[in-house]
Amino acid sequence: MTRPTGASALLAIACLLPPPGASSALPSPGVQTAGGDALAVHVLNRLAYGPRPGDLEELRRVGVDRWIERQLRPEGIEDRALETRLAALRTVGLSSAELLEGYEVPREVKREAQEKRAALGDDATEAQREQAKRELRARARALMDGSPREVVEELQAAKLLRAVYGERQLDEVMADFWLNHFNVYAGKGPVKFLLAEYERDVIRRHAWGRFEDLLRATAQSPAMLFYLDNWLSADPEGGAPTVAGRVRSLFGRPPAPAPAGRRRGLNENYAREIMELHTLGVDGGYTQKDVTEVARAFTGWTIAGLRQQKPAFRFEPRLHAGGDKVVLGQRIRSGGKGEGEQVLHMLATHPSTARFISYKLARRFVADEPPAALVDRAARVFRETDGRIRDVVRAIVTSPEFRAPDAVQAKVKTPLEFVASALRASGAELQDARALSRRLGEMGMGLYMQQPPTGYKDTAEAWVSTSGLLARLNLALDLAAGRVPGVRLPSTLATGAPETLAARLVPGGLGQSTRQTLAREAAAEPARVAGLLLGSPEFQRR
Amino acid sequence: MTPHTRRFFLRSSGLSLVAFGLAPRALLRAAEQGGARRGKTLVVVFQRGACDGLNTVVPYGEEAYRRLRPTIAVPAPRGGSKEAALDLDGHFGLHPALEPLLPLWRERSLAVVHAVGSPDGTRSHFDAQDFMESGTPGRKSTEDGWMNRHLQEHAAPAATPFRAVALTPTLPRALAGRAPAVAMASIGQFELRGGPATAQARGFEQMYDQAVRDVLHGTGQETFEALAFLKKADPARYRPAHGAAYPRGRYGDALRQVAQLIKADVGVELAFTETGGWDHHAAEGGVQGQLAARLRELGQALAAFHRDLGPRMADVVVVTLTEFGRTVRENGNRGTDHGHASVSFALGGDVAGGKVLGRWPGLSAGALYEGRDLALTTDFRELVGEVLARHLGARDLGRVFPGFPLAAGRFPGVMRA
Repeated sequence: MTRPTGASALLAIACLLPPPGASSALPSPGVQTAGGDALAVHVLNRLAYGPRPGDLEELRRVGVDRWIERQLRPEGIEDRALETRLAALRTVGLSSAELLEGYEVPREVKREAQEKRAALGDDATEAQREQAKRELRARARALMDGSPREVVEELQAAKLLRAVYGERQLDEVMADFWLNHFNVYAGKGPVKFLLAEYERDVIRRHAWGRFEDLLRATAQSPAMLFYLDNWLSADPEGGAPTVAGRVRSLFGRPPAPAPAGRRRGLNENYAREIMELHTLGVDGGYTQKDVTEVARAFTGWTIAGLRQQKPAFRFEPRLHAGGDKVVLGQRIRSGGKGEGEQVLHMLATHPSTARFISYKLARRFVADEPPAALVDRAARVFRETDGRIRDVVRAIVTSPEFRAPDAVQAKVKTPLEFVASALRASGAELQDARALSRRLGEMGMGLYMQQPPTGYKDTAEAWVSTSGLLARLNLALDLAAGRVPGVRLPSTLATGAPETLAARLVPGGLGQSTRQTLAREAAAEPARVAGLLLGSPEFQRR
Repeated sequence: MTPHTRRFFLRSSGLSLVAFGLAPRALLRAAEQGGARRGKTLVVVFQRGACDGLNTVVPYGEEAYRRLRPTIAVPAPRGGSKEAALDLDGHFGLHPALEPLLPLWRERSLAVVHAVGSPDGTRSHFDAQDFMESGTPGRKSTEDGWMNRHLQEHAAPAATPFRAVALTPTLPRALAGRAPAVAMASIGQFELRGGPATAQARGFEQMYDQAVRDVLHGTGQETFEALAFLKKADPARYRPAHGAAYPRGRYGDALRQVAQLIKADVGVELAFTETGGWDHHAAEGGVQGQLAARLRELGQALAAFHRDLGPRMADVVVVTLTEFGRTVRENGNRGTDHGHASVSFALGGDVAGGKVLGRWPGLSAGALYEGRDLALTTDFRELVGEVLARHLGARDLGRVFPGFPLAAGRFPGVMRA
């Protein structure tokens, strides 16, 4: 058969393409009728970052249920190709100590910079300043394995590579979910150096286990302790020496003598966010008094060895506020580190937590406003299994609500989902992730760069806006035209028959207007089709 | 139908466009015939993270201020020294990093409202920002933002796609709702690759045009109209005037672009900008430090904006908002924790400036909210309500702020009578 061109392309598309999906004018016949492929596409859109060429065939071969069960046990899935790609990144496998040692600007260079600035004074010329900067940079380079920026760029690259090429797709979705739930911000102090370990040894290690273990691991991670300031929190009545010197040294200022009578004290930041964002939810039934009491229980949970570039969790009894605490109406006997442990247990097993976590998971996997019955069931599984995350996720993704026709294509992709799914669908080769990471930042979703502890939103209204849409259309056009540095699309995308491209990029089916538009454009210039498909309304949904 | 789908349906059905006077083709013709009207503008500056109002406009006259902030208090004014507060009225002083604002205070274009904020007691950033943007403190079910409700309730027959614009990558909650509003990270990025007249632009436009019943349809339509309109107005050709120097960085860029849009007469009635990094739990600093750096950028940006617009400031009011203030007492880490009331600035040609407005509750132990925070004496809705009514001519504040009866007697008096 010859490739259809011109008018015959229109016919071919009209005849060959699957019927319109849920996003078009007609409700989707999707799951109910088509069963097999429509369900498979749905599963790939939700438990993975979208279908790749060949994925549908694999699901057909393995069967949807078995594929899901396999994804629920990611440790059994081989992922060699991804490992090879990740091996090219120098920093993601390193420990926090190694990263601080090799990539943090050394103190002596910071000191030199200060001295130089002072020596130059206010009257130095621009040329003199530039010269001083160059010298300092050369000095720093000689002492460092790489720049702090490189650390962040490689974290972002690793995340994109995993999303695009990983075989353990559901594992990746879950890692993203928990990283977002227990958000930390790479831009705060040394967090960028603590993040690789945080992601590897805290988030991924516990992503499928008991929620309480995950919660405890975050509570004791230097990344979270720093990000939400708990490492600084101390007994307001205590006489221990001030930690202000530690803050100063981190920000590169010379230590000054603490004013007389000055004591360090309580910091409520972590106490509030652990209840509002990590466990109970904002309506979970706690008060300002509970926040203060939880903050007191966590005094002394701090970071040891940050200055020596060997950061680790430590309980420091000298910082701990003694005395009983009352949290959520329960008395916690004065008991040092054990108080924080008790709080963690209390929060992890609280019914509000079961509900809040189940709701967020159902929102991620099913719909922006997930069916209440599904959330109830998932929360019951959470409570009955002592918070086993795997069982809660299984309950959600094997539920009838997950497969219901109105769940299909019901979610609008986040920028990360859009980017990853576009690369997957087109079979793109990602050689350098920096340009793509920058684009994500411009779309409002810089990876590891969400400053507030809420993480990124997971609902359509947060991502559907004029500028957001425009950014997607432009990225679609740029990708298809090979204008994103570091990303190469297969040449077949520019020359392929439109119906083949449509089936490959949007296997869930196109609405009538998109089909008509494509047919028209394909007749005029076939090279435009891929860009239009990636920018189509259908492709913005999952 | 769930609230969201109903809203999205309205947005996407085309009803919204007609209801708000945005008849697309007529609009383009208007643009071709020489742009929109020159109207009044409100610019909202949202300081995300809860700005420490007490170190921004310093109540240096209060003994408790210095006592409760042994390491971060800004010293009382000392003859114009830059190492101390800059005196405003004998009781309050500006943080010295806000020096660029002092001339605006003296020429009475800048007013301060102290002890202002949202009356809800939450100390959650998320909730407090949400309440301040929805305009319904304590009620989370509100779907739209107060800025959007102002657009809904005050239909403007000659409205352009830029009647409401946010210089942010995504649409803020305050502007979310049925009335069209545009969000853009920058003017330069608000352009479809290849321009609006290309085949792919037409292709996208058709695809989204037909995607009825889809939330993306309404957004698509707004996007393509806005693209065509902006192209015609070409705001990028306006450079900072009168020697205005915006600070480098994202925030200066955002305000500079708001000025460009205003000067290009694209019909901006509401503009929204945001600045982050105000959450100083540790090492906040006093005269110098982290807060000082944020304030310096804000002060420079506002002063540059004022200078840039020149006489046009007669049509513009800028209001700063932050979700709550911070504890009066500094915490153990030379920072402050989440508190209650904070401070707002109002800047503009018609602002009754040179005054610290609002009732000052004081910092004595008995006057503090929950024994720890600056008490609230002005509801932020009274402040922005006054600007909506007296500057933009809003008539129906009851719908903009449902459940909050707002009589003129409750306005803090930021606008000249």
